[in-house]
Amino acid sequence: MSTSANTVVLDPTGELKPQHRELVTRPESLNGLTVGLLDISKARGNIFLDRIEERLTAIGAHVKRYAKPTFAKPAPVDLRHEIATSCDAVIEALAD
Amino acid sequence: MKADFSSRPPLPNGLVAVVKQDCPTCVLVVPVLADLAERANITVITQDKADFPAAAEWVVLDHDLALSWHHDIVTVPTLLRVENGEATTQTEGWSRDQWESFTGVDGLGADLPDWRPGCGSLSVDPSRTDELAVRFSNSTMNSRRIEIAPLEDEWEAMHDRGWTDGLPVVPPTEARVLRMLKGTSRDPQDVVAIVPPDLVECTIEKIAVNAVMAGCLPEYLPVVIAALEAACTDEFNMHGLLATTMPTGPVIIVNGPIRREIGMNSGMNVLGQGNRANSTIGRALQLVISNVGGGKPGGVDRSTHGSPHKIGMSFAEDEEGSPWDSLSESRGFSSNQSTVTLFSGEAPRIIFDQMSRSADSLVKHLALSLMANISPRLAMGFETVLVLGPEHMARFKDAGWDRTRFLEELERYLTIDADDIIRGAHGIEEGLPDFLTGSQVPKFPPGGIHVVHAGSNAGLFSMTFGGWVAGATGSVTVTKEITR
Repeated sequence: MSTSANTVVLDPTGELKPQHRELVTRPESLNGLTVGLLDISKARGNIFLDRIEERLTAIGAHVKRYAKPTFAKPAPVDLRHEIATSCDAVIEALAD
Repeated sequence: MKADFSSRPPLPNGLVAVVKQDCPTCVLVVPVLADLAERANITVITQDKADFPAAAEWVVLDHDLALSWHHDIVTVPTLLRVENGEATTQTEGWSRDQWESFTGVDGLGADLPDWRPGCGSLSVDPSRTDELAVRFSNSTMNSRRIEIAPLEDEWEAMHDRGWTDGLPVVPPTEARVLRMLKGTSRDPQDVVAIVPPDLVECTIEKIAVNAVMAGCLPEYLPVVIAALEAACTDEFNMHGLLATTMPTGPVIIVNGPIRREIGMNSGMNVLGQGNRANSTIGRALQLVISNVGGGKPGGVDRSTHGSPHKIGMSFAEDEEGSPWDSLSESRGFSSNQSTVTLFSGEAPRIIFDQMSRSADSLVKHLALSLMANISPRLAMGFETVLVLGPEHMARFKDAGWDRTRFLEELERYLTIDADDIIRGAHGIEEGLPDFLTGSQVPKFPPGGIHVVHAGSNAGLFSMTFGGWVAGATGSVTVTKEITR
């Protein structure tokens, strides 16, 4: 561009203005809390989560198990809502 | 804030001439204009000099070319008859006969030649049209304007803002985006898709901005729009394809009349570089996913290795040279519909066969080669796009095989004895799960082989794209009609 005026371009992004969200306070102990275990449905995620459940139960946590319908898509809104409203913490088993 | 130049200014009523001094024909007719000012009450609109053809109250300077641009003046001199601010009739250039009959005034320019052609109006001067279009076209573009500072290099500035795929992009100036938007009849503010992973509403305008950056011509825009619509369907699952650790991305196959109209390559080096449409349409889609959707490598894009084709992968089928129905016809569209088919695939690789002279031999070898897609130990989970080269297609044409026959034969040789690739078989732990022991399984799921004819006339090769997780739990191949 050989013009003397500054080049003005259009923003190619989604121009998002993300909301700032505070992290919830980390619990002192898991004793008596409800912990959700989310299996993303990849092979052998259940083996990992079974062991985590044993360990959590041993320290007094209540465990609820959840699974995504498929690892290849984001967790459905309803599932995320259920975990958020019925658990104090969540652990996601990410991969094989 | 920009001044509002967008309203259409009315022309002065009555007899009007539009001229510029930098035009020999306009200079030639100066005495005629003066004559008409006296005898016919003409108003002269001058484009480049306030006192041309005379410093007089019947001369009006069109200083910003708003009158000329809005009233589509192409040539000077143009004579117009104006009612209620709008031209009803007009004549261009100088012709004594025409000017006399148009004005109803006899004896015009007796000393002048009978006829002279006009010159180009300043409002259509190529060096000004982009600027005038931006100023006057009532721009409805909503994107934030970002000024590149005088000491910034514009290419570096765009890269530093994270807008590129690592290669240079064309600066999306308002003029370029306006020109891009001429490629579609759709409203710039139409929302086309919700783009993952950030789930952002994407307008035609945002697609046009990214298409400019990718290097597209305006006529490619409808293809990019259709590709984005297809990519952002729930079935195609662009979010999952982006987030996967596999080296896969959207593969765009174009069918129908638009391939030829926009000059896409379906022949030599069809999957390679060098053709502008092939190289930029897929790139534009990926830039939209990255810039609008926010899907960037290291962010939601978690690919272990990635692949060069993730810069953008689009190509056309050679329909004219094929004895078969096209890919889109096989998927229910007609030959006069233009379509994009989106496939979730890895980079293409060769299937080399220079010896088969019979359809039987070649189909067996194609099947054997396809067994290696993704892994020879896996089956049913991944689809494929098989690009048959013309010299391979000739074997099936000679044998009288159509698409249906070909697929029947191919699938026959793609049936696997599961015990051979069950987990642990032959000392390899990867493989089919144990419950399939004793069964026969197909390499690809039903309908999972998408055959396309493309490539040059020399070379006994075909190509295959391996797939990503197939079906409702992963990605379903989607075909969408391209509309302008």
